[in-house]
Amino acid sequence: MTAPVRYPQPSLTCNPALPTEALILDRVQETEDIFTLQLRLTDPHQEWRLGIQPGQFNMLYRFGVGEIPISFKAIGKDKHGQPVLEHAIRRVGRISGALAALKPGDRIGLRGPFGTGWPLQKAKGQDLCVVTGGLGCAPAVSIIEHAFANRSHYGHIHIIQGVKHSADLLWRNRYEFWAQQPDTTVLMAADVAAPGWPWYSGRVTELIKLLPLQPGQTLVCCCGPEPMMQASAEQLILRQVPAEAIWLSMERNMQCASGHCGHCQFGADFICRDGPVMPYPRLRDRLGLEGV
Amino acid sequence: MPAADFLPRSRLPDLLAVLKAQGYDVIAPQVIEGALLYRPLQHCRQLPTGIRQQQQPGRYRLIATDSPRQFSWANGPQALKPLTFAPRETLWRSHENDDGTLSFEEVPVSPPALAILGVRGCDLAALALQDQHFRDDPYYQPRRQSLLLIAVDCSHPAETCFCASTGDGPKATIGYELALTELDDGFLVRAQGARGQAILKALPLDITAPAQRRQARHQHRAACRQLRRLPSFEPAQLIQQGRHPAWDEVADACLGCGNCTSVCPSCFCFSTSEAPDLNGQTSSHQRQWDSCFSEGHSYIHGRHIRPDIRTRYRQWLTHKFGSWVEQYGRSGCTGCGRCISWCPVGIDPLQVLSRLSDADPDEP
Repeated sequence: MTAPVRYPQPSLTCNPALPTEALILDRVQETEDIFTLQLRLTDPHQEWRLGIQPGQFNMLYRFGVGEIPISFKAIGKDKHGQPVLEHAIRRVGRISGALAALKPGDRIGLRGPFGTGWPLQKAKGQDLCVVTGGLGCAPAVSIIEHAFANRSHYGHIHIIQGVKHSADLLWRNRYEFWAQQPDTTVLMAADVAAPGWPWYSGRVTELIKLLPLQPGQTLVCCCGPEPMMQASAEQLILRQVPAEAIWLSMERNMQCASGHCGHCQFGADFICRDGPVMPYPRLRDRLGLEGV
Repeated sequence: MPAADFLPRSRLPDLLAVLKAQGYDVIAPQVIEGALLYRPLQHCRQLPTGIRQQQQPGRYRLIATDSPRQFSWANGPQALKPLTFAPRETLWRSHENDDGTLSFEEVPVSPPALAILGVRGCDLAALALQDQHFRDDPYYQPRRQSLLLIAVDCSHPAETCFCASTGDGPKATIGYELALTELDDGFLVRAQGARGQAILKALPLDITAPAQRRQARHQHRAACRQLRRLPSFEPAQLIQQGRHPAWDEVADACLGCGNCTSVCPSCFCFSTSEAPDLNGQTSSHQRQWDSCFSEGHSYIHGRHIRPDIRTRYRQWLTHKFGSWVEQYGRSGCTGCGRCISWCPVGIDPLQVLSRLSDADPDEP
């Protein structure tokens, strides 16, 4: 008689399901409800996680409360010049509220990086156009910073940011800094502009009409509310930008980040694994469908 | 030379003994509170002898007969899913230490070797679907790999069954170690793979008479004549039919209870939750089955992408029959009919599909 076959247990230590500890080095209140956490991973064996790419995300865990997916904003530096992770978070629900209550010195759990990043390799040698709306600029800041850190890899850099109200604009001094860089266009729009707003008043899609685009040699990274991304992509296509050169960052409920829990499905795609950054032709026929 | 592949009913206990000798715990369907549920099997007399079923939209009843058969019913409310994809389990534990640091602890899965007797073709096909979805899931895989599957070809499909039209039954064709065809006086036995062959060799089998083989063929043909069948539709088009009145009609009837997703052998959604201990120092990160009919399923920073039953029902149906094809190369439905029987208002997704295709509803 043969014994039943016993298979080895898959190791959970290499399983992305298990979090690692992160120490909060700094916490910056960006607006009334948006804050940035600067994080250092306390286990030196976890440093590979700093290889996170612009566009990817981590699951941030508050002890006893739960986890949420937060896109990666930037690799910053601590006071010793060591690289640290930065995540910008909007306080909306129970878990982001619990994360908002933390202060420097507190610890959280972190799993990741997960998902697809922006197509930085494809963008090499091309103009880069970054179109964002609202807090969509957080995942896009990572790609802008990357582009300026590797300036020779890219041609002209277009940065377009739209906000509902001019007071919602985040990181204003950074946009002003970028605007002064050579071969760079920065355009901003507010649906509702307070007096003294130096930029455009109206929709971000209107700005696309004003861009000095070179359609055949521009890669577009777009992040923001879905109707805004869809309208922007269609406007860019009217400007002769090929659909496959337009990349969007999608968002859905995510609980496992490994393509299993089913919440992030957008049609056939699992946004946590097949996205969040995806080419527009892949999304085009599903964007705007109610309930998808 | 005629094959020795017949196990007389009186020797079914020998199969049980062989499995136990090989180190397996055995479970099999048994009558529990008016339904057939998988439970540990100590004696063959615990099997549902003479039990038939009546399944209709929103209805599931067992009927006692004096037949000697032990597998002359279609299926129970649960397929194999709870045995591999646990309804609730802890994924990891976190500890908040006195100095404020956090540590994380694995919670490994160590299931016993389990032999399941009485598995249906539709459920084996659904297990293969879950195998695809959970192929790299460290909690599913140990349970899955500890299973030994003994199918019994379905001889008495219910009114709600349509496995013949999905190609997943009534005969078991994939994923079993051993498969039985039940006749009045015993079972034709066939095996797949080394583990199945080892069990087959250990069984006291007789030569099968030509009349018994004929009876098996006749029985299979009869089981293929099912009242329901999958209508023809274009899977890739389903998601684009958001404005079709069929969604409003089904949403009027649907209670959004999620029974269909609980009994579906392929539905894989789960949510995660946190269960902190009362000492405040330890917390368990758990997952539990979720349903796309739950309000929170599509929640994203303050809003619900699917705020009503219409969009939730549409998500379920268009995923199961449409986007599943794109994800895993075939439909997510294996024709078991459970979602029809266990729907409290008797919604039949085949009728919704027919309505969407503007074909004539395939009335039973």
